[in-house]
Amino acid sequence: MTLGVAAAGGQDDPAIVVRGLVKRYGGRAVVDGLSFDIGRGEIFGLLGPNGAGKTTAVEILEGYRKADGGEVRVLGLDPARDASPLRPTVGLMLQENGIYPQARPAEIVRLFARFHARPHDPDALLDTVGLLDAATTPYRRLSGGQKQRLGLALALVGRPELVILDEPTAGMDPAGKAAARELIADLRSAGVTVLLTTHELADVERLADRVAVIDHGRLVALAPPSELASGAPQRLRFTLDRALTDEESRELEAALAGESAGVEASVRVLGEGVGRYRLDGADPSPALVRAVAAWCADRGALVVELRTGGGTLEERYLELLGAEARHRD
Amino acid sequence: MTDGRAVTSWTPAPGAAPVWRATLAQAAMELRLTARRGENLLVTLVIPVALLVFFASVNVLPTTTARPIEFLLPGILALAVISTSLVNLGIATAYERAYGVLKRLGGSPLPRGGLVAAKILAVVAIELVQLALLVAIAALGFGWTLGPGASLTVVLAALGSGTLAFAGLGLLMAGTLRAEATLAGANGLYLLLLLVGGVVVPVDQLPALLGDIARLLPAAALADALRIGLGMSTGNAVGPLALVLAWGIATSLLAIKLFRWE
Repeated sequence: MTLGVAAAGGQDDPAIVVRGLVKRYGGRAVVDGLSFDIGRGEIFGLLGPNGAGKTTAVEILEGYRKADGGEVRVLGLDPARDASPLRPTVGLMLQENGIYPQARPAEIVRLFARFHARPHDPDALLDTVGLLDAATTPYRRLSGGQKQRLGLALALVGRPELVILDEPTAGMDPAGKAAARELIADLRSAGVTVLLTTHELADVERLADRVAVIDHGRLVALAPPSELASGAPQRLRFTLDRALTDEESRELEAALAGESAGVEASVRVLGEGVGRYRLDGADPSPALVRAVAAWCADRGALVVELRTGGGTLEERYLELLGAEARHRD
Repeated sequence: MTDGRAVTSWTPAPGAAPVWRATLAQAAMELRLTARRGENLLVTLVIPVALLVFFASVNVLPTTTARPIEFLLPGILALAVISTSLVNLGIATAYERAYGVLKRLGGSPLPRGGLVAAKILAVVAIELVQLALLVAIAALGFGWTLGPGASLTVVLAALGSGTLAFAGLGLLMAGTLRAEATLAGANGLYLLLLLVGGVVVPVDQLPALLGDIARLLPAAALADALRIGLGMSTGNAVGPLALVLAWGIATSLLAIKLFRWE
């Protein structure tokens, strides 16, 4: 198959280049010096809390907004200036799908297919995203997950080289999320570059080759998800058969600071009322494990689970955001 | 979940369709959606037809022509243009803007010019249906025929410049106001112009000040131009046509300058 657009730059150049990107609204920097590259055929996750600047950054790459500073390149082109050659090449899924409430999935996919030179067969595409049964249901009567799947179909109908998906799994049920992730993974094997924003860790954990964590418009981490998780500091985590009172937590801290382990650790509650804890400020050691177990035995609390390690991507992510917040204060 | 016809290869093969094909597809979509929305059919077809039949049957209007239908048909045709260009186009576009449809289309290979062209095509198609229906009802139901000195050129110029004026106004509202404000404003103007726009009530019969204002508005001028073009009244069509065209240029330029897509 031939490529419809001979985009500037070779196939070895990055699909997306972002350098020192700045966007201000009313003097406040929503995107504040963001830089990253996305390689051809890569699945790149842009992760951050609501209001982190993900959508603003992505809308600059989509050509919807102009940057106030820095430089962006999409397939070698400037999206603000070279919108018309990029439109057929870049498949978009917007947070607000932008579909007529009265329109039916079949006709809207057919309409967007007509905009493209070599589109996918609309019915096959509807089948692929699981909308064949809802093909003639008005958009406004579709479920949240079905609306998302239709948005995904519109992003893909023109056989794009790059797709930019803004929160593709939001509002989907678990089965829908799994199916969408599987589909996005299929795109990678065909060489399609994928940029997706999300605040769901499972999306990037299962899909992304690399993930950029952004908060308050700034990059706080950029790594493959597995490396990101392993970057979390080693901690001791334990689960008891009952929850400790605040007083008991203080007593445990005192006991660990005393002769039994000799460390200044603080007990962090991981799940309110379910007995899950993490010891912050202390590296795991055989003495620490023994001291925790001994103290629990004295109090008649059963240690259901105890492990040491770097924790999950979720914990690392929350730590990064916490560190960023402290950095600002 | 699939029956075996699903997409098997995602290998990229991007490319835009020819602009004319994308534009025609969009125009067809606009027409399908119009036909699906009951309120669109009410304002573009049911109300003009009902007004024409009612006022042509019950002789209550202080019209200036020999028979009411001779005054009414051109007025109702003007109303039909207003209903399609101002009410239907304006309200639909306002909601498309509110729902993010315009934004989504802006991210597709359909150029903005193609979208505007598609909307114009849809408006013209609806107006042709209105024209055929209203003229057929007038001719078959009320024995209406073209008058002496009828001019197709004047009729087409009137319909074209009237469409420009009211579509410009509709898009100006759609592109600057909230959707709800456009909905209320367009419907309000429709009613106002119906009453004081020389559509069913001759402008001469209005109170003096109201009549003077009405003469400056595009609705009465459009109806006058259509009356001359259809041979229902004598006079020079250049004056009213120029007024409608001036409105058309003004509203269209303002719409182009002020329209916000999001």
